[in-house]
Amino acid sequence: MKHNFRNWPVLLVLFIFSLPLLIMLTFLVVDTFTTKVPGTLVPNAFTLHHFRFLWTDLDDGRWGIYGVTLNTFIFAASTAAVVTAISVMAGYALSRLSFPARGFFLGSLIVLHAFPTVTLIIAIFLILQILGLYNTLIGVIIVKTALELPFGIWVMKGFYDTVPWEIEMAGVQDGASRFTVWWKLILPQVQPGLMAILIFSFLSGWSEFVLPMVLNPGTDAQVLSTYLATLLLDTNTNSDFNLISAVGLFYALPVVIIYLIFQNKLMNIYGGGTKG
Amino acid sequence: MRISITNFTKTFGDTTVIKDMSLEIESGEMLALLGPSGCGKSTTLFSICGIHRMNAGRLRFGDKDVTKRPPQERNVGVVFQNYALYPHMDVHANIAFPLKVRKEPRAEIDRKVLEIAALVHIEELLQRKPSQLSGGQQQRVALARALVRKPDILLLDEPLANLDAKLRLEMRSEIRRIQQQTGITAVLVTHDQVEAMSMCDRIALMNKGDIVQVCKPKEMYDNPASDFVAGFLGNPPIAFLDGIANDGEIRLANSEVALRLPSNVIDLSNGTQLRLGIRPEFFQPENDMKVTGKVSFVETQGREDLFDVTLTNGAVLRSIQSRGGDIKLGDEVTWGISREHILAFGPGGERL
Repeated sequence: MKHNFRNWPVLLVLFIFSLPLLIMLTFLVVDTFTTKVPGTLVPNAFTLHHFRFLWTDLDDGRWGIYGVTLNTFIFAASTAAVVTAISVMAGYALSRLSFPARGFFLGSLIVLHAFPTVTLIIAIFLILQILGLYNTLIGVIIVKTALELPFGIWVMKGFYDTVPWEIEMAGVQDGASRFTVWWKLILPQVQPGLMAILIFSFLSGWSEFVLPMVLNPGTDAQVLSTYLATLLLDTNTNSDFNLISAVGLFYALPVVIIYLIFQNKLMNIYGGGTKG
Repeated sequence: MRISITNFTKTFGDTTVIKDMSLEIESGEMLALLGPSGCGKSTTLFSICGIHRMNAGRLRFGDKDVTKRPPQERNVGVVFQNYALYPHMDVHANIAFPLKVRKEPRAEIDRKVLEIAALVHIEELLQRKPSQLSGGQQQRVALARALVRKPDILLLDEPLANLDAKLRLEMRSEIRRIQQQTGITAVLVTHDQVEAMSMCDRIALMNKGDIVQVCKPKEMYDNPASDFVAGFLGNPPIAFLDGIANDGEIRLANSEVALRLPSNVIDLSNGTQLRLGIRPEFFQPENDMKVTGKVSFVETQGREDLFDVTLTNGAVLRSIQSRGGDIKLGDEVTWGISREHILAFGPGGERL
């Protein structure tokens, strides 16, 4: 195939600009598997010592890495499940049904989506304390879900908007109830959106740091991001940076894998709907 | 099944689309709702099937009042303009959907789907997805899906609008054949007069939310109730001459030309404003009531030629003639109007 411009200059520019990122990632991986003499850059031996957290408890009654990982998974998965379930329903309602204050809901969705959530954190902190959900995983899940919802609903509404009205009318004419029409005829059309929201909110939950740190600071139900932060501050481990890198790699790996598998589906969010 | 609409009114917000309309559709009849876009024909269709709620009036299928019934309970099959096939289901599943919703047994569903597929000639397409079908095939699937549960009424919303010219001819006769074979009462919405005239038993011509005339296609063509009806039916369209009645003649506006009026309106009082409608087939060289004008437009249509003739006062007459003449643009011609075929309309457009 003939191109109307050459590829390599573009690739070169992209490569140069990506170089800092590439170097950092390379060293993240290299550092975790090797030892070095302090002050040098080139590693001198291969080791799995930095990954010792996988088979030994590091110290002092803290949950092992697997407990923390399980917490993170529960946190991310339930956030994703609830966000997706509510988004597919709310998105449909906003796209198709005429109900009082629909315009108001649409407007506030955008505002909430753009809202700097950190400013809400004190109010949320107080509310969770009153409810007795402070320092629990459930509390963080609820807050995270609430904050993810505007985005999810907005994207799902966009997907529903691309489904032709006639399909729905045809379904109703064929004798199906509105619910059957939604479940059997419309939902399959917006499945790419549903998948995208599911994966996106899972990844977002997996990497969430601020909410668990502020609202769930205890050690009972830590997630990986806060676990990593405590490692950094912990004097017991003497700020073992290679250990921290290894934990970081362990933490980032699922994200990379999920992204590699589902990148096409995730791109749908920005493509904005099903293809013809 | 007989459909009767009485005093139907439909408003969207502040705009009244249809006001106080009444219409009777006989059992087994195919009726066309014909009209320009925005005249309320689709609104009427969607009110019959229940997608739109009627603001006022009554709708009865046979003896049953269905005004307040939801679409699911009306047993009406609809074919939408873009067919609205379910893209994630294959053709079999598409056609079977109305039966599945009713929870009919599997064997029964399969039998009915095959039966209806044979009727619309799509037996070999049942395993395909809608995206793998041509426009005409999608149309057949949509028809099959609408007919499979034996609805009382079949509604077609511009069913041929998305097809190319050749397929349109084919599907026109196909839809008619299927309608006659099943004997179903059908309502067809279209803006194409040829479609309406060739497919339907009767035409209801609509304009601005009103039914202007309801009758058989031929009768509507020969005997239009108003200049709107006359102008809407016929291709090439009818030409109009404006003038004033004077002693059994019409004096054309801004000219000295006077023409004898047809015998049914010959005794109009002098000074009455008139509008004459002359169809292209009645303005021919051999007719006796001659007018002279300049050929201002020539269009070759293959078997026939279409001419526009501009009279001295600027009015335009159309003529359609079989090919053969060597008339060129700009020629002066003196052709005749068939007097008894002139349609006369009053100043408000009403037929005289």
